[in-house]
Amino acid sequence: MHHRTVKAALAATALAAVLALSACTAAGTATATPDASSAATEGAPGTGGSAVGFIMVGPRDDFGYNQAVYEAAQVVGESYPDLEILTAENVPEDDTAVATMEQMIDRGAKVIFATSYGHLDAATKVAAAHPDVVVVQQGNTIEGAPLANMGTYFGTVYEPMYLAGIAAGEATESNKLGYVYAFPIPQTIANINAFQRGAASVNPDVETVTVSTSSWCDPGAQKDAASSLLSQGVDVITQHQDCTKTVIDATEAAGAFTVGYHADASELAPQGWLTGAVWDWAPLYGQIVDNITAGEFVGGPFNANYRVGYKTGTNPFVLADFGTSVSEDTKAAIAEAQAWLGTEDGSPFVGPVLDQDGATVVPDGVIPTYDEVDGMNYFVDGVIGSLAN
Amino acid sequence: MSIVVDVLSGGVRGGTSILYAGVGETVSERAGVINLGTEGAMLAGALSAYMVASHTGNPWAGALAGAAAGGAISSVHAVLVVKRKANQFASGLAVLFLSLGLTSLFGSSYVGKTITPFTVWEVPLLGDLPFIGPILFQQDPLVYLSYLVVPLVWYVLFRTRAGLLVRTAGARSEALTVHGYSVARIRMGAVITGGFLAGLGGAHLSIAYTNSWFENMVAGRGFIAVALVIFASWSPLKVFGGAYLFGAALSLGPALQARGFEINQFALHVIPFVLTLVVLAVLGRRTISAAPAELKRVFENAPVDP
Repeated sequence: MHHRTVKAALAATALAAVLALSACTAAGTATATPDASSAATEGAPGTGGSAVGFIMVGPRDDFGYNQAVYEAAQVVGESYPDLEILTAENVPEDDTAVATMEQMIDRGAKVIFATSYGHLDAATKVAAAHPDVVVVQQGNTIEGAPLANMGTYFGTVYEPMYLAGIAAGEATESNKLGYVYAFPIPQTIANINAFQRGAASVNPDVETVTVSTSSWCDPGAQKDAASSLLSQGVDVITQHQDCTKTVIDATEAAGAFTVGYHADASELAPQGWLTGAVWDWAPLYGQIVDNITAGEFVGGPFNANYRVGYKTGTNPFVLADFGTSVSEDTKAAIAEAQAWLGTEDGSPFVGPVLDQDGATVVPDGVIPTYDEVDGMNYFVDGVIGSLAN
Repeated sequence: MSIVVDVLSGGVRGGTSILYAGVGETVSERAGVINLGTEGAMLAGALSAYMVASHTGNPWAGALAGAAAGGAISSVHAVLVVKRKANQFASGLAVLFLSLGLTSLFGSSYVGKTITPFTVWEVPLLGDLPFIGPILFQQDPLVYLSYLVVPLVWYVLFRTRAGLLVRTAGARSEALTVHGYSVARIRMGAVITGGFLAGLGGAHLSIAYTNSWFENMVAGRGFIAVALVIFASWSPLKVFGGAYLFGAALSLGPALQARGFEINQFALHVIPFVLTLVVLAVLGRRTISAAPAELKRVFENAPVDP
């Protein structure tokens, strides 16, 4: 017995030693090949690199947030054949992210996209330690003035959610829409409000019933949420969850309509798919890389908390393809609304906006700025549910 | 649908995965082994069931695969604890993390895949009963299977020779040794059976209840099952009540919200856990006396087999 234990322990030690050695070798090769061009060029932050790095918090094939990043990164690679695209998936939102970004810099990256909300601290550390590298962060907000080689960027997802609300408002027969969400963060609140206002713009009797799951991905809780909504006569369901299949599946099985989120999931709901808000990061990533490699980053639009919508440029959130049940009239109404959102006077939240208690939160004729919408902490009139305070 | 029926039928639907896992854990603990890796066995079951259901198109094949996977991953715990005398808590957690890692790795390509799931099948006549019908008899086949499996486990444990051996392994293992039985073999069997049932619970979650696979989708239900066993004072039949109570607490939040009740979501979502704590606190002293004697030794951190 003891003999066997000793042998097992020896085997384990040997295995550990081999693993450690191979890790050393790998690290050795990584540092031994710094790119010549990155050392040779002197200039603005982010120029002269041979690679662009993308770090993602989750798997690159999650049918959601991270997959959208990965796919757009590949598109950037196609438009910049000289730049190597480095991607790292499942990067935690702690100092592991710093180490991952440092490795990318060692491999010649002068531009790094830190794509999760919680990567901001790590991104700031890397930017401070490498003034020649530009780090841009997706979705979070830098407090105060950003470093000269740093910025954040995001789109306005509530704009396509407003348009999707129009499709939902036209499709519903019970005038009850359902919204399954995780937590009452500002982005979710704005989405829910915009969805309701889009629906109400074509169907004044409509209301949106909200159910929270208190988790970004708990399929069991999502199933409960969808079942409860469906049993109450809700006939269109949308959501703000990281994993979306469960709710779509339950909705489709009940013969109700689906409005998607994150990704085009029309194949999961061949009957009930209406449309949805999905990502298309590639154009914006391309603009950012163009700007940085041209040496124009410092003081430019991306050296800040850059927010883009239909009004100001290429919104990375777009409307998914329409399902078969969406009529031509509805499509035309949506196209018209999208054009209107792009004008000076257009906004999902053009006043008057009332909150759930009927109090005016946006006065008549006033259009809240993107920043103001980012800070929304109330549900609008027509939304059923309460915000945890 | 009335809110009571809604919550209770949701309780049965959502409680079934916990029920299977809880009954499995009861078998294991009756033999004197606590398995904190139950959560891991459920994960393995959920993924394997999903994989097989997606490849074969047959949910029954999926359920069987899920059960087998739960048993297989629990055999790791069985070997570590029974053969190598490892600490039961540490080993269980290690198995959980092993399963979490393996299922995340092998499951990533199944996220978003469509399968042929179990569907709701209304039992003729019984399904039409007022109140009881929609709660108990408008469910999926794995729910009905649990109506049979759980009493069967009770029968085997308390009315057969095999059950007597399992219970003796947990109560007075020396007695088995004296009579020439292998305590180790009986405990291995009990732990693997427990994992088998937990795997079936995981299968219910992925191919009957949510029809999806996601990383870490069990979300703590395995740990709730372990807590339930104490609550049910190591009786398979009482696990029924506990699992459904917990399931009902989980479905209460959405049911209230969908009806427009203004309730703080965070308060709502701690209800199931507060409920568990209250029940444990109230029943604590009473139930611990019902604990298998050898299990008490595990809690007191004494060697199981001198």
